[in-house]
Amino acid sequence: MAAINRDDVAHLARLAHIEMSAEELDRMAGELAVIVDSVKSVSEAAGDDVPATSHPIPLTNVFREDVVGHTFTAEQSLSGAPDAYEGRFKVPAILDED
Amino acid sequence: MSTDATLSFEEAMEKYDPVLGFEVHVELNTKTKMFSSAPNVFGDEPNTNVNEVDLGMPGVLPVVNKTAIESSIKIGLALNCKIAETCRFARKNYFYPDTPKNFQTSQYDEPIAYDGYLDIELSDGTVFRVEIERAHMEEDAGKLTHMGGSAGRIQGADYSLVDYNRSGVPLVEIVTKPIQGAGSRAPELAKAYVAAVREIVKNLGVSDAKMERGNVRCDANVSLRPHGRERFGIRSETKNVNSLRAVEHAVRYEIQRHAAVLDSGEPVIQETRHWHEDTRSTTSGRAKSDADDYRYFPEPDLVPIVASREWVEELRATLPEPPAERRKRLQADWGYSDLEFRDVVNAGVMDEIEETIAAGATATVARKWWMGEIVGRAKNADVDPGQLGVKPETIVELNKMVEAGKINNKMAAEVLDGVLAGEGTPAEIVEKRGLAVVSDDGPLLEAIDAALAAQPGVADKIRGGKLQAIGAIVGAVMKATRGQADAGRVKELILERLGVEG
Repeated sequence: MAAINRDDVAHLARLAHIEMSAEELDRMAGELAVIVDSVKSVSEAAGDDVPATSHPIPLTNVFREDVVGHTFTAEQSLSGAPDAYEGRFKVPAILDED
Repeated sequence: MSTDATLSFEEAMEKYDPVLGFEVHVELNTKTKMFSSAPNVFGDEPNTNVNEVDLGMPGVLPVVNKTAIESSIKIGLALNCKIAETCRFARKNYFYPDTPKNFQTSQYDEPIAYDGYLDIELSDGTVFRVEIERAHMEEDAGKLTHMGGSAGRIQGADYSLVDYNRSGVPLVEIVTKPIQGAGSRAPELAKAYVAAVREIVKNLGVSDAKMERGNVRCDANVSLRPHGRERFGIRSETKNVNSLRAVEHAVRYEIQRHAAVLDSGEPVIQETRHWHEDTRSTTSGRAKSDADDYRYFPEPDLVPIVASREWVEELRATLPEPPAERRKRLQADWGYSDLEFRDVVNAGVMDEIEETIAAGATATVARKWWMGEIVGRAKNADVDPGQLGVKPETIVELNKMVEAGKINNKMAAEVLDGVLAGEGTPAEIVEKRGLAVVSDDGPLLEAIDAALAAQPGVADKIRGGKLQAIGAIVGAVMKATRGQADAGRVKELILERLGVEG
């Protein structure tokens, strides 16, 4: 069984901005451990001669020429914004006074 | 905001040994963004140089800009780096409104360039090697403007406004290895290093390299350790250091601040510091915390980059002459002494002198004008000499008039002022102001006679062979003719008048 404890889950939840109750943290610690173990079994199947794979298809150098394409108007850009002001997205200030 | 204690720089240097490190971000000047075809243009209407990729809409696919890869490889080569045979992009995950995707596409364990160095020449000619750890590709973030609260700073802001025009602009981040052994030259080295990086990317043509526009941005890491200790001290990372002068000042300030902290027996806190140009000091940003756990993982939407050796060599063949080599070549061509050339470089007029020589001036004449006349005027006007608006042709024309004996050096300087004031060409100004060396002996003799009569004692001395006394008479004549006489001719005439062999 992989060692995923409750603190690890709480840490991840905070990084991911997910609010979790004490009960959810307990349950998720158990579930994540199972998932991590399952993923680990893949590593066991691959020998030392198989390099880690980040992409499933052997494709490299997919490039675009440096040519300007389409753009949005400010109105289009902001059409889904919860709040906007003078052509810009309006967001809450993130840091408090030191 | 509390003011931190500082030690004098000299005392800090007596007690501690500084170690530096730099992260310099260079914005590439490609026509389009790193991963989208939206234009990479500075200063347009907010949120108009964007499309769905830059705004991080769900389901969009980024595509790599080939020119940005080539520019990155060129930067790597110019920094004497190895170029990775294969490398990948990675996601750097964090929540902040400057990225709408909640991750920045960057490179993590596989930078495109690594293990390089840059030889930095300090003002006295000392060469200091700065080792480059890596140069990796990433995308710039959007621009936040903090509203309300304390004057545009994030502390106490009520809300922030976001413009994503800069989002996705290609960046190359150049990271040094720890720089040791700079001692009291650390602030100067910091400035010289950033200047060298800026010069290189400008010379390569891959960036507009304007620091005032944020094309080149520097984060400066500083730590101190007692002399003789190998282990590094705890460092601070000063952000927002965006002019060459500020780099020098920020490093100097942090050294003084760290020294005071260490002297008080406290440990330095590992944190981000914000640089403030107005007070020339830093304030505490945020401490390193587990929020800096970026959970990098390979970007699944972008396939790896393979830089074949052929491709790399093709790019290497296109590199321009490196700035340091160019300087060596120009110094040899111009025949300047080390000191003369260094003064020219430090005054920032090397390019201008090169252009002036190309326009037909000799190396000596070009230097005399730029260093003797123009640099001082630029200093008074508080601009760079090149921005004063002196054209190489003007210098060539002025010099021709001096050499032909039409005007003297003093008048030439006056004519230059006229040109800068927009009064016309040198010839027009000479005409308009009635400037011309008085070459008719009649008025000169009159002035000489008057001067000799006014100073009979001096006249006697000259007759008696004390030729150095002649200066007083020459001076009086020059004054009487308002500087329009040829001093050499005046001297001849005085001697003639007094019947003395010169």
